[in-house]
Amino acid sequence: MALHRRDILAGATAMTAVALTGKAHGQTTPRSGGILTVAADTEPRNLNPAMVASNGVFYVASKVIEPLAEMVEGGDGLAPRLATRWEGSPDGRTVTFTLREGVSWHDGRPFTSADVAFSAMRLWKPLQNLGRIVFKNLEAVDTPDARTAVFRFSVPTPFQLVRNALPGLASVVPKHLYEVGEIATNPANTRLVGTGPFRFAEHRPGEFYRLEKNPSYWEAGRPYLDQIIYRVLPDRGAIAAALEANQIQLAAFSAVPLADMERLAKVPGIAVIPQGYDGITYQLTVEINHRRKELADARVRRAIAHAIDRKFVVDTIFLGYAKPSNGPVPAFDKQFHITDVPDTGFDRRRAEALLDEAGLPRAANGMRFSVRLLPAPWFEQTRQFGDYLRQALRAVGIDAQIVNNDPAAHLKAVYTDHAFDLAIGSPVYRNDPAISTTILYESGLPAGVPFSNQYGYASPAMDGLIRRAASAVDPAERTTLYRDMQKLAGTDLPLIHVAEFTFLTVARRSVMNVANNPRWATSHWADTWLSA
Amino acid sequence: MTRVLRLLAVRGLSAIPTLLIVACGAFLLLEFAPGDAVDAYLAQTGGDAGFAAELRRSLGLGGTFAERLAGFLVSLATLDLGQSVVFARPVASVIAERLPNTLLLMASTTLFAGGLGLGLGMLAGRRPGSLADHGISTAALLLLAIPNFWLGLLLVVALAVSWPLFPVAGIRSMTGTGGPGGALLDLAHHLVLPTIALGAGYIALYLRTLRAGMVEAWQADHVRAAQARGLRDASVLRRGVVRPALLPGLVVAGQNIGTLVGGSVVVETVFAIPGMGRLAFEAVTGRDTALLVGVVMSATLLVLVINLIVDLAMAWLDPRLGSTHA
Repeated sequence: MALHRRDILAGATAMTAVALTGKAHGQTTPRSGGILTVAADTEPRNLNPAMVASNGVFYVASKVIEPLAEMVEGGDGLAPRLATRWEGSPDGRTVTFTLREGVSWHDGRPFTSADVAFSAMRLWKPLQNLGRIVFKNLEAVDTPDARTAVFRFSVPTPFQLVRNALPGLASVVPKHLYEVGEIATNPANTRLVGTGPFRFAEHRPGEFYRLEKNPSYWEAGRPYLDQIIYRVLPDRGAIAAALEANQIQLAAFSAVPLADMERLAKVPGIAVIPQGYDGITYQLTVEINHRRKELADARVRRAIAHAIDRKFVVDTIFLGYAKPSNGPVPAFDKQFHITDVPDTGFDRRRAEALLDEAGLPRAANGMRFSVRLLPAPWFEQTRQFGDYLRQALRAVGIDAQIVNNDPAAHLKAVYTDHAFDLAIGSPVYRNDPAISTTILYESGLPAGVPFSNQYGYASPAMDGLIRRAASAVDPAERTTLYRDMQKLAGTDLPLIHVAEFTFLTVARRSVMNVANNPRWATSHWADTWLSA
Repeated sequence: MTRVLRLLAVRGLSAIPTLLIVACGAFLLLEFAPGDAVDAYLAQTGGDAGFAAELRRSLGLGGTFAERLAGFLVSLATLDLGQSVVFARPVASVIAERLPNTLLLMASTTLFAGGLGLGLGMLAGRRPGSLADHGISTAALLLLAIPNFWLGLLLVVALAVSWPLFPVAGIRSMTGTGGPGGALLDLAHHLVLPTIALGAGYIALYLRTLRAGMVEAWQADHVRAAQARGLRDASVLRRGVVRPALLPGLVVAGQNIGTLVGGSVVVETVFAIPGMGRLAFEAVTGRDTALLVGVVMSATLLVLVINLIVDLAMAWLDPRLGSTHA
């Protein structure tokens, strides 16, 4: 069965290659014009990516508001957008950006370094969910001229981190619209004004967003599309039907249920495309409450890891569209990822031996101890893995009781009240361990910080590595520190990484240049076009 | 005329405690649900500790239960629906956007199910126990048993994908439709499938009510008398059998419409219609107290108004009602 599904995956990949080059239609020259209608499942109340760096926001906003740089495959991993050059000083105190010439806002005003300085100091650093971490030591942004912005940090800040944060955290908004009044309630947070290839045209709540071509975009001849329409389709079955009926041409972020994927992949004119998400890799994890005395024992945590059959999880829950994971950095990030971590392969006998060794024998009812297991409601797969884990733990004598919650209740139970023993999480790896990954390991965070170490895990060695890496301006040294961190994470197992997964895009074959960068769904789409 | 006025006065007064109870119920439901609006929001974005605290402050979610309750009662007393957290807009504007869609779906469903249900009921009740009666009654039972989300998806696959007669989803086209006439046609075109999905189950209810009333009426003395007098069958059927059987149908209609104004989460979701059902669902998952209270109160108010209209219609149709008591 697994082999069969991989064949489909391979087939889908081959089809993508065809779709990417456009050969399927005998067309290789991009054509201008046309309306691309895509599925949307959420309508964020704040659509400003300079304030809310999340995929739901980027999906729409990244076409209107641009970051300083975007991710690309190969090379040094970055392509210029609003910035054309970036350079860090050896002491890690300054980063100098050279900005693009001839860029104007959608309302006609020129884009200058003042916009970048304003966005960085007034939005990214104090207001943005992720920027508050990465830019916390940003002291000032100097603007010696309209094309130059110099970021000054109060403590050495790794240039490597700043670079890696550019695609996701550095969206620039217009100073002239934000400098008056409260930023949080600015009307431009929902009626976006940017420099991007598309202008924000209309939002009919509950129905659709409409973006239209920016005729004075800085890149001549782009964008190709006349309009992009995001249809709000809350039902996943309806999304599949709309694709089949060609009423939408694309659904990103695995909006179509995995179970429907095989069927859709066979529909002529539809391609399932697994590429284009490496820059936003999710990780399936088992979160552990170290306040439980049984779980504070590293042997017990290792036993839990050995009880999990990662291959089964990947093949059955993710239908093959995932990879087993061995730690906090996904394999895609070759810069930091390591492979030599202590083995946590599927081995029930080893798991039972470790539990016996930890002084937790099976009682008369066959169980060693019982735990509350809270699967996160974020994905179908986090819930399904909860069901799997319950069975897997039962096999080694741990009795897990599943507690299901909706998002708000789950967040509070795990990250504020610590009312869990085990939880299933799905943190995002955002191109650098310092952005949203080390926070899962460092100690001393106050209760109530979502997606952070609320596990009660405190290791001076781990904290030391994270602290040193945070100010390591030498990339080689920084890389080594994060490799050491992964090793320690593999030994201590404060949380268990099970699989890493990205999303799938399902698109009509008429949509060209799909998935041509590692965060495609959340990038500009200036080069996306529709074949006749 | 005095009966009507008395009915109006009594209903108007009794509506106030009903609305109060319903509003407090919605408030308490979200108060006692684990997690608040900030938790629901952070589930989508993440953020550090200061971020959550600032968000709570700006949304007025700090404070104790007593403070929030006091704030809630004040806004209730001043008839201020307040600001929705999920939509970052006034609750009244969000409801004003969604309510028309739900009312449209409610009206089309009632017309469709009522018309078809009563029509078929009449056919079945014309000769109880006949082949037509058995056929229709069995088919109706089948309709009643089909879950509407499944029927919805089935209709989409058959009539929007395989045989693309109707749009897959939505309440209107995204592009212009050419004038008010075109817009109306476009709306009707979009409403066909959701109306069938939502109405199928109700057809059976109307049908069975009417048929049962007719079966009873056939036994009644006045019908026998009419038949004995040699009146034409058609006229006996229309005046002696159908007319009295329609009254319980009206009661059923009143109840069904009441259920429909709350919206249908399932059908609205499958057909991507932004209506009240989905709104209530979003209010609960977003822990948006003001919005949930607004949704529940406006739905309750509508139910009360519709019940009143049904009662007035009944009083008009049946002179026995309301003559001795309100």
